[in-house]
Amino acid sequence: MALINASSPHARGPVDTGMVMRQVIYATLPGLAILTLLFGIGTLLNVIWAILVALLCEAAMLRARGRPVALYLRDGSAVVTAVLLALALPPTAPWWLTFIGVAFAIIVAKQLYGGLGMNPFNPAMVGYVLLLISFPVAMTNWVGGAPYRTPYVLESVLQFLGHGPLDGLSGATPLDTFRTFAGNADALDRMIVLHGRWAGLGWEWVNLAFLLGGVYLLFRRVIGWHIPLAFLAGLAVPALIAWQIDPLRYADPLFHLFSGGTMLGAFFIATDPVSAATSSRGRLIYGVLIGILIWVIRTYGGYPDAVAFSVLLLNLAAPFIDYYTRPRTYGHERAKRGAGS
Amino acid sequence: MLARLFRGGTREIFDFPGGIHPPEHKSESNTTPILPGPLPSQLILPLNMHIGAPARPLVQVGDKVLKGQHLAEGNGAVSAPVHAPTSGTVVAIGPRPIQHPSGMDAPCLVLEPDGEDRWGDRAPLDDPFALSPGELLERIAEAGIVGLGGAGFPTSVKVSLGDHQRVRELIINGVECEPFITADDRLMRERAADIVQGIQVLQYLLNPERTLLGIEDNKPEAAAALRAAAVGADIDVRVVPTKYPSGGEKQLIQLLTGKEVGSGGLPIQVGVVCQNVGTAYALKRALFDGEPLISRITTVTGDAVARPGNYEILLGTPVAELLQHAGVDQTRLQRLVLGGPMMGFTLHNPAIPLVKTSNCLIAASTDLLPEPEPEQACIRCGACADACPASLLPQQLYWYAKNDDLERAQQQNLMDCIECGACAYVCPSHIPLVQYYRYAKGEIRIQAAERAKADRARERFEARQARVEKEQAEKEARRRARQQANRAPAPAGDNATALKQTSLDASKAYKAAVKAAKEAETRDDPDLARYQAEVEKRKTAADRAKAAVRDAGKAAPPSTDAHPKAEADLKKQVADASAAYKSALREAKAALAEEREDAATLQSRAETLKAEADRLKATLRDARAGQPASAPTAAPDPVEELKKAVAEASSAYKAAVKATKEAEQNEADDVARLRAEADRLKAKADELKQQLRDAKAAAPATPKTAPPPPAAAASPTPTEPASGGGQESESDEEAAKRQKRLNALKTAYKMAHKQYKEAHSALDRARRDGAVDLAAMEARVEKLKAKADHTRDALDALMDETKASLLAHTGKDLKTLKLDAARAETALRDKSDELKRLRDTADEDTLKRLTSELGTLEHDAHLARRALKQALEEHGLAEE
Repeated sequence: MALINASSPHARGPVDTGMVMRQVIYATLPGLAILTLLFGIGTLLNVIWAILVALLCEAAMLRARGRPVALYLRDGSAVVTAVLLALALPPTAPWWLTFIGVAFAIIVAKQLYGGLGMNPFNPAMVGYVLLLISFPVAMTNWVGGAPYRTPYVLESVLQFLGHGPLDGLSGATPLDTFRTFAGNADALDRMIVLHGRWAGLGWEWVNLAFLLGGVYLLFRRVIGWHIPLAFLAGLAVPALIAWQIDPLRYADPLFHLFSGGTMLGAFFIATDPVSAATSSRGRLIYGVLIGILIWVIRTYGGYPDAVAFSVLLLNLAAPFIDYYTRPRTYGHERAKRGAGS
Repeated sequence: MLARLFRGGTREIFDFPGGIHPPEHKSESNTTPILPGPLPSQLILPLNMHIGAPARPLVQVGDKVLKGQHLAEGNGAVSAPVHAPTSGTVVAIGPRPIQHPSGMDAPCLVLEPDGEDRWGDRAPLDDPFALSPGELLERIAEAGIVGLGGAGFPTSVKVSLGDHQRVRELIINGVECEPFITADDRLMRERAADIVQGIQVLQYLLNPERTLLGIEDNKPEAAAALRAAAVGADIDVRVVPTKYPSGGEKQLIQLLTGKEVGSGGLPIQVGVVCQNVGTAYALKRALFDGEPLISRITTVTGDAVARPGNYEILLGTPVAELLQHAGVDQTRLQRLVLGGPMMGFTLHNPAIPLVKTSNCLIAASTDLLPEPEPEQACIRCGACADACPASLLPQQLYWYAKNDDLERAQQQNLMDCIECGACAYVCPSHIPLVQYYRYAKGEIRIQAAERAKADRARERFEARQARVEKEQAEKEARRRARQQANRAPAPAGDNATALKQTSLDASKAYKAAVKAAKEAETRDDPDLARYQAEVEKRKTAADRAKAAVRDAGKAAPPSTDAHPKAEADLKKQVADASAAYKSALREAKAALAEEREDAATLQSRAETLKAEADRLKATLRDARAGQPASAPTAAPDPVEELKKAVAEASSAYKAAVKATKEAEQNEADDVARLRAEADRLKAKADELKQQLRDAKAAAPATPKTAPPPPAAAASPTPTEPASGGGQESESDEEAAKRQKRLNALKTAYKMAHKQYKEAHSALDRARRDGAVDLAAMEARVEKLKAKADHTRDALDALMDETKASLLAHTGKDLKTLKLDAARAETALRDKSDELKRLRDTADEDTLKRLTSELGTLEHDAHLARRALKQALEEHGLAEE
């Protein structure tokens, strides 16, 4: 009879990292479905391709770093990074674009920093920003949605293989369009893409699907409510104020909430625990600041969307936020704050 | 901040942060009534079933004892006796494996039951409330009652209040929040009336304003039974929501009262005393029935036993026998946990006995309690922080503990972790967080112990050094007395020596008193105040004696050695004072780092000492400035004399300015005083200059014409380090001897150590090769080790002596000399840099001034270097 010798606690909770990651992947499925339905199978192709690249890069890096490959691959974090990055890419993205982004995310932004748990920046967003800066044209092309039709499967495959963008299929996103014509009432009126049921055409459904997935994650307690809620509030409140002042120059809050990467960012990107703030109050501050930054960059910045930049900037600030939002320990008069003490 | 939940109208329940809801696993063992435990073939009774000192055996091997008989008595203030759980024979007294995480052995009494279960004398009380609280406490202590909830702290100690302590809430803990455990649950259901009687005893002893009994809402039957039993009694049964760890003492206090026990404090500091329901029950049994604590209810559960339930076991029952009794399936038994699944620990030796604090035994297969999964990377998800009932940040603590960053871990309040295991339970990466914290806490405790040890060693060393210095001083005094007696009888000198002796005695007495007071403080002596008064008295006496010495030194006629003597004294005082200040500062810093309560006191003490040191330094400077002027010289040339005085005065003034600047930088309190001092010195210097000019005018024969510029006038004479001074001739010889001895000892030690090492490795080799007769070799190794140690001690002693003599002779220790030399070098380098920089731009006068200053500094540096070298060579410390 060999009795196990172990340290307390002897009971363990049911949650494990692999499970958490799987839940995140499941929660992206509605969004992926809507993206595929509206903009063709380009996104789906990219997601599958990205997962393959990510697993390969992760395995190679783990091997190079002398870590147990199977154990770490099973945690699913590489797959999550790949899926989130691929979902953020345009459906027209050719295979090499995805490859560069994912490989950079996994090799540099994650493994070179020490692997899961050690990366100061969200790897998917690092990969995304690298692509956005290096290949701005490829990254801002979009397809489908009125006035364009959804590409056929073959067209999507051709685009994925690098034969694109195809004429008559691509155009600007609602966010990009609004930015271009802000202040011009006639133009704004003419732009069909801006006039969905309650936000940008097509995008409203994409964001609704990601919101659905996000609510699922909240419900399963995979993520906390602090970051997403603060994120959305931080975006909606300035948008509301500005829109009240001048609706022609500033988009309405619903448009902001249901356009671009808002919901994906709020529930899937900003909630990445590794690179976010840790305490509850810290997460509120972190989320609000991301939201505000997104609105600022969308409104005044040079890029149509801003989730990636805002998240990365706040990743930088997360340790600082943590220093100043430590909870008060039981039995202590006040919390210890600041880096030193 | 506290979320308040209202239940049943007026009954207020607070909440505590964090907490978890693990599967309860209570129904396995709480559906059957409490059953009697087995009568084992042997009862193993550890002498230490409680927190505190082990009990002292009262019986001998072979003694026949009756049930309830005293087997061992409590030993000291915090201890508890041991009683015979049944009648039988004491068959052994000696070490047996006990419940200890490291599987350690401890002294135990082994009792072989005779099966008759015959009671000895019992003294039940019809009305315990007729006895005085003091008498009751004595009975409780004699009954061996300790806290049965977990820690096993002697109850009689816990309910003895200090004079100023007032209990607002008596809290009875019936929460039993850990999964699997149902011992208290069954006890409350079946013996609620007894528990209430026990609580009434506690109420009588503590006289609380209110009594709250906390119980989790997953035990409705127990709550109902207690409510029924408590009718008419002043007990408020409060049901709290099921959440782990609501049964933790601090958490329950927070749940029921909203109060928090301060970090490192005790509940009584917020007017609360907590007792477990099991303890209340044991009190009832002890007082009303006259039965000491010889049994307890223990839950046996898990999927490896056929008859899980609660057993009333005799203390000392071996785990294996209880398992057998409950029908253990050895093939399924893979993990054996004593205590709950959250905070208990695994057993690997089922022979160990159950004791007063053993509330649960889980015999589980890996289906129920799976093997720990491999630890994965922390993803900083923060689930641990959300679960932590102490509002710590476990993910940060993990990080610091893993990296051995103990300082940061302490800053993040690691020591407030209650090791409840909630963080590790929720961790998705299967990180054994509690294990990391235990490790880090252990390291912190070890470090603290080592620091305390080092401090003690330092104190010992300083005491020794003081003694050596004193002896040296006495010798010196005797020598001088002899010299003076030879030359001319000088009553003042004798008087001074006598005074000095008095002063030394007084300060020795003062130091002893301080030490006694410190010791009293550490052992919480009630007479502390008396000790402190004594310290004050001694201090006054010592100060007075010192003042007398100083006055005598001042008043003494300018005999040949009075001034240097006074100066040396002062120097020593300054050195002592600044050493005292430094050590106080260190202590204060350490205290701050540890967040000790006395940090502020220590800091203020350090400041006082600094002020004292500064004062002494100023005095020394005065003495130096004043001394040469009054030192008689043979047939002095008034102009030369004055020149020298001017030089002295201006250098004193400069020193004062420097001191002021330093003080300003350090934001010392006495800047204003120092500045005034500097002004005074300047005035004096100016006056002297004027006098010099007058004197020159009056004596035109002097060859030199222009008065030297003040910078150049800062002649090195007064600042020359007192490197050997007047004792050179004598110390030369002594030092040479010492040097020789030192070298000889060093060689001897090296050889002895080498021999010892060789012998030791030879022994090791022999052991490895399995040699049989090692006794001779071992003895040889021991002998050689003793020899090496002895030599080392001698060497150390000589080294200390050398250093002390250096200090005694030069008024400076080696470090100071080294610092002086380094400082001088730096000053020199700075000046030459400045000169280089200004060479092309500055006018001729400046250059000239700088060059002359450079010369002075060169001289200073040279002197400092020489002093250092001399000190090193003379005292045989060249190798250090």
